[in-house]
Amino acid sequence: MTELKTFKNITCTFCGALCDNIEVKVKDNKIEELKNACAISRKKYEHALKDRTVPMINGEETTYQKVIEKAAEILKNSKNPLIYGLSSTTAEAQKNAVKLAELTGANIDSTSSVCHGPGTMAKQLVGMVTATLGEIKNRSDLMVFWGANPVEAHPNHSKRYTMLAEGLFKKNRSDREVIVFDVRKTPTAKMADQFIRVEPGKDFELLMALRMMINGKEPESKNGKIAGLDLAEIEAAAEKLKSANYGSIFYGMGLTMTGAKYMNTWAAMSLIRDLNNDQQRRFVMMPMRGHGNVAGSEITMAWQTGYPFAVNFSKAYPRYNPGEYTAVDLLANKEVDAAFIIASDPMGNLPKKAAAHLKDIPTIILDPHWNFTSDFADVVIPSALKGITASGTVYRMDHVPLHLRAFLEDEWPNDEEAVAEIGELIENA
Amino acid sequence: MLRLKNALVYDPTNNKEGVKEDIWIQDEKIVAEPEREVLKELKANNDLEEIDLDGKIVMAGGVDIHSHIAGPKVNSGRVLRPEDHRRDNVARKGKLRSGVGSTVPSSYVTGYRYSLMGYTTVMEAAGPPMKAKHIHEEFNDLPYIDKGFLVLSGNNYFVLKFISENNQQALKDYLGWLINATGAFGLKVVNPGGVEAWKEGKRMRGIEEKGTYFDLSPKEILLGLAKAAADLKLPHPIHLHTNDLGSAGNYKTTINTMRLLEDYRLHITHIQFSSYGKNEESKIKFATATDEIAAEINKQSKLTVDIGQLVFGEATTMTADGILEYNLHKLSGNKWVNTDVEMETGSGIVPMNYKKKNLVNDIQWATGMELFLKINDPWQVFLTTDHPNAGPFTAYPWIIKLLMNKSYRADYISDLHAKFDEYTDLSSLDREYSLSDIAVISRSGPAKALGLKNKGHLGVGADADIAVYNNISDNDIAEVFAHPVYVFKSGRMIVKNGELLNNLEIGRTLVTKPDYDENIIELIREDFQKYYSISIDNYSVTDNYYDKVEVIPCTTRE
Repeated sequence: MTELKTFKNITCTFCGALCDNIEVKVKDNKIEELKNACAISRKKYEHALKDRTVPMINGEETTYQKVIEKAAEILKNSKNPLIYGLSSTTAEAQKNAVKLAELTGANIDSTSSVCHGPGTMAKQLVGMVTATLGEIKNRSDLMVFWGANPVEAHPNHSKRYTMLAEGLFKKNRSDREVIVFDVRKTPTAKMADQFIRVEPGKDFELLMALRMMINGKEPESKNGKIAGLDLAEIEAAAEKLKSANYGSIFYGMGLTMTGAKYMNTWAAMSLIRDLNNDQQRRFVMMPMRGHGNVAGSEITMAWQTGYPFAVNFSKAYPRYNPGEYTAVDLLANKEVDAAFIIASDPMGNLPKKAAAHLKDIPTIILDPHWNFTSDFADVVIPSALKGITASGTVYRMDHVPLHLRAFLEDEWPNDEEAVAEIGELIENA
Repeated sequence: MLRLKNALVYDPTNNKEGVKEDIWIQDEKIVAEPEREVLKELKANNDLEEIDLDGKIVMAGGVDIHSHIAGPKVNSGRVLRPEDHRRDNVARKGKLRSGVGSTVPSSYVTGYRYSLMGYTTVMEAAGPPMKAKHIHEEFNDLPYIDKGFLVLSGNNYFVLKFISENNQQALKDYLGWLINATGAFGLKVVNPGGVEAWKEGKRMRGIEEKGTYFDLSPKEILLGLAKAAADLKLPHPIHLHTNDLGSAGNYKTTINTMRLLEDYRLHITHIQFSSYGKNEESKIKFATATDEIAAEINKQSKLTVDIGQLVFGEATTMTADGILEYNLHKLSGNKWVNTDVEMETGSGIVPMNYKKKNLVNDIQWATGMELFLKINDPWQVFLTTDHPNAGPFTAYPWIIKLLMNKSYRADYISDLHAKFDEYTDLSSLDREYSLSDIAVISRSGPAKALGLKNKGHLGVGADADIAVYNNISDNDIAEVFAHPVYVFKSGRMIVKNGELLNNLEIGRTLVTKPDYDENIIELIREDFQKYYSISIDNYSVTDNYYDKVEVIPCTTRE
């Protein structure tokens, strides 16, 4: 029997908060003990070694080499393939995926296009005023959560980075005022000083009203209400925002994926920008990114192609067009004739019409665990576990890079190697 | 072995100005002409390749001392500006990866375009320490050129803390550790104290004012950093973006800074942005102050500068000087990105379009040109556009033409604002740069200032990074420098007849590893663990992030 080995400051890759203080005790290639992990993280580590995929072609188990070859054959014969997912894999694998997309003239898109991608599009219109999480922990005296519920989605976020964290200038919860804007009273709202209930689908109107008030203008409303709120109530919120020295807004998919979508985020970004116009006041914002390395998918794609997602290589150079080269659109319009899914579950997550097309075309999935997509995929490629049995780089929601250290052994190669090997087979064919 | 025959060598480091001779290359280095016996043997074994350059101009590969080419800020600029890339596409060709260009090109295209211009070494100008892994990741996708980065340190919590405690030893050790931990080449200082002030909602002017958390003046920060850099024996001194950059009348701050640090080696970057006067009488209140700035530089011997020459057309401004970008956003109304980086620095991005008929832009353009022509010693002034701030690096060949040809300069000026000559004496300056002067400002000078002894020249032992240009007597100067006939990187031909060959390679990462007392890690651990949002144990850039590394030694300079 081998002895118990301790690994400190391990990075949990489950969500975009990427807590890097996990302590694991390991024996006989198993996790014996976990410290500092949140409830979600704990589940993830406990299930990590279960439900593992094996190499399969059309439901028949086969060798790893065979599935790699089959994947290469499918992508090589495809006229318009889609490479999709990427947000739960390493930057190294993402880089190789872009190279593979270029090689095969593919479309490449990440799950960003169905979560915070609209925020990135809004940024392309107005820009964004942001900061790293530690800066917010150290300085922010007013924290706003808008359509975001970190208590349930990013459980350690408030302890490590916001409301409850010990910062340089702000030491504890009482040093910070917290406001939650949401359509329902979430557990995060219960921790706030103030909860402001927004009429569903009316975020844009409310943000624009706040923006007008901050700029000294009076919004008009026939019934005296905007987004279900009395004008006086909005005015009070605007005053609250103006009272901050270093304000911060964390926004979730309650903003990016409802109503006016990217224009919601555009309005929020414009509001935050205007809040910086007072010489003594700073205000920053940040998307609450979900998947562990979804930020990385935009980063790696941008330095190689110039664009963050929704990239098409059919002309041998990168072209960008959300709405055309985004996975949902390509699938729903039946434009792609093969799909390579990397560390994602589109069958479980994408709209029905888009997911349905995956069943009609050859689909390859590279994932360490079984999911809805691997249940029917033509080719299943197993893979090592990011941050557990595979090392690599991940980017936090504030674009801070972290290096993952593997602390267990795996029988399967990692995503980076699998994608590279498929590329090499195609390139050298 | 490779022999470049009949080269017309411009190598100012070795005092060669248009000398006709051969250059010998073995593996990655320039070597002495082999003995006759050896030569015979090489020929007999078919181990000698010869290229007849037929009197073409040969210079060392270009060295860019200041350019924003990789890392979080550059990449955020790429994401911010799809409109910047759409009309400038580069298709995949053989092993050459695809990408996009314009003011913020993708990583591959950045490497291609520097190489196609004969540049082989580029210093990334500003990296936030805690995102250093990102820079190194991009470096591994940045082909051909050797590169390093300067780590931001002028508003760093521990820097300010140790200076406020008068603990120069801890400051030195901390900076030594920081450079090692982040894989940096040297120290970048941006608006010292001013970025921290911006985070605190305060504004500071000049280098004397105090008032932020550690209650330090920029002066105290500058002195501490300059001394630490000297004590660490860094090959490149502190690389400074001055306080008050971009504002009218800032030349006084710049001159005060130069005088403050006159006993130290110092590099002031994109000094064009720091050389403005204020004219209360004129409507635009904006003026050049190049006489004052050039006079001070001409007096000092340890000081070097690069210009940050403005280029008319599209640009993407990006800097760690957060408040400057806020000001540019207010001035232009253009989209604005700001990122505050905890404990370390800030940053901002704003797209700009410099216009020939805009008098302020014209004065900025003239400020750069005047400085080039008024600073006497070309070894003190280097060619940059602070890419992509004042313009893209791809404009260098046209700047070279403006410097070498006064009639081209006069033609160019005739296209600018009608009142141009009321604000600048550029039209009266007759100086023209020689080819040797160009070799100094674009390779030999920057290499020397960076402390890269194997770069910027063609002597025995130098890196075989070489650019071969057509003769300027029969060709347009800008075309000559835009399209070298051959470019060699580390002894291998990468460009032939103005085209990249199909041998995609990643160059070296240049780092320094100054000595420091390791106890510094324990000294900073407690504050680090409390006030950063990552663990100190996950902070350092691990070896897996380096592909090919060259460690430039830290030694006292003669």
